[in-house]
Amino acid sequence: MTNEEIINKINEFLIEEFELDKNQLIPTAELKKDLGIDSLDFVDIIVIIERNFGFKVKGEEMASVKTLNDFYNYIIQRVNKPLN
Amino acid sequence: MNRVVITGTGIYSCIGKNIDEVKHSLYNGISGIGVDPKRKEMGFRSSLTGIVERPNLKGILDRRMRVGLPEQGEYAYLSTAEALKNAGIDDDYLSTHEIGIIFGNDSSTDPVIETLDLLREKKDTMLLGSGCIFKSMNSTVTMNLSVIFKLKGINFTVSGACASGSHAIGLGYLMIKSGLQEMIVCGGAQEVSMLSMASFDALSAFSINENDPTKAARPFDKDRDGLVPSGGAATVIIESYDNAIKRGANILAEIIGYGFSSNGEHISQSNVDGLTRSMKNSIKDAGISLQDIDYINAHATSTPHGDMSEAIAINDVFGEIRPYVSSTKSMTGHECWMAGASEIVYSLIMMKNSFIAPNINFKNPDQYSEKLNIVNHTLNKEINVILSNSFGFGGTNSSLIIRKV
Repeated sequence: MTNEEIINKINEFLIEEFELDKNQLIPTAELKKDLGIDSLDFVDIIVIIERNFGFKVKGEEMASVKTLNDFYNYIIQRVNKPLN
Repeated sequence: MNRVVITGTGIYSCIGKNIDEVKHSLYNGISGIGVDPKRKEMGFRSSLTGIVERPNLKGILDRRMRVGLPEQGEYAYLSTAEALKNAGIDDDYLSTHEIGIIFGNDSSTDPVIETLDLLREKKDTMLLGSGCIFKSMNSTVTMNLSVIFKLKGINFTVSGACASGSHAIGLGYLMIKSGLQEMIVCGGAQEVSMLSMASFDALSAFSINENDPTKAARPFDKDRDGLVPSGGAATVIIESYDNAIKRGANILAEIIGYGFSSNGEHISQSNVDGLTRSMKNSIKDAGISLQDIDYINAHATSTPHGDMSEAIAINDVFGEIRPYVSSTKSMTGHECWMAGASEIVYSLIMMKNSFIAPNINFKNPDQYSEKLNIVNHTLNKEINVILSNSFGFGGTNSSLIIRKV
């Protein structure tokens, strides 16, 4: 899976599942402040990541993910270098 | 003590998705019962059920509000939105007043099953998602609706089996009467899903007249062979009389009596003593005489034993007075946790429109029901005072009395 494919897939589920507008999805957008993704939404994001990318996220791994770009990079890194 | 009045109603049931549709069904004796063939495939003894369409709330409620909302919560959202609208309560009023919520609900089966099936498959709780817990709890309806409608008053759920909805209104009535709250959203909600009814089907309490679904629920008829499970949600907005007058609300009726009792005996079979005490307690609370009651909306579910007990109890309490009696469950089936609330809504529709809805399928009485004045065809009549009975497993009984204002 290319980086672009990963980013497209992430954007797709943010639009579909989280009902975000395409125009909101700019890399510098902060997940909590700008996209309104709260702690409960992160619980659902873990489920969606497993479904879409086939790996399980540990809650603490997401702690440093603040912006959408952080999120893209985290997923890209995990997809390319699986930990488990 | 405050007088307590009802100023808004909403309903989502197998005989209509709003007050107008339900009024039409009640007046014309239209049944909402059908069959769900999947129940047979799953080994159910009876495939009969109230047919309730699951609403699609996407685009109406945002994702966070939908994620934790189970089937019966969806119904309750719609009935409550209708009731608030009818009561003239808007977002501004909701945000500036301390309004409570008390609902009857006694199960949330599918979310529990789906959660645990997923856990067995994934073996990781982190893959269950955020909604399961909020959908699974008995208080799911009140926890969700209090957030959706931004309610700031009393907030809890009553689990009192098939009397849950009635007790919810009764408790709301007591809180407003005593001055603890000014306005409370009360109601009952009931899931209709197949799995929610599996263990109830196991008791052989359901009618098996699957060849003629609309004739299956026949409360008080001598040929009744069991109840038909059903569901949906019903909401009433109750408030103090003074508050209703102050805000110029349309008063639909006054709640004047709440009586309750426990049979203290069998877990599933009612007894005459408990039902009698529940009715008598409500009449005593209302401070009216037996002759004042025009109509009894009976609990009668169409089971041989339950209907017999209620017929004997009504006859014991009212004797020769013989008020009109009908069971709307003949059309709706047994709406279980919701029934006590929905039957107040049905009663209010009858009171407002001056008719008594028929106990359809009542063709031949048995030795107990022949002593009652059962209405089996729509009766156009002004009714001023209604007694509504609700009885549940464990012998929990509730009776409410409403009066035209």
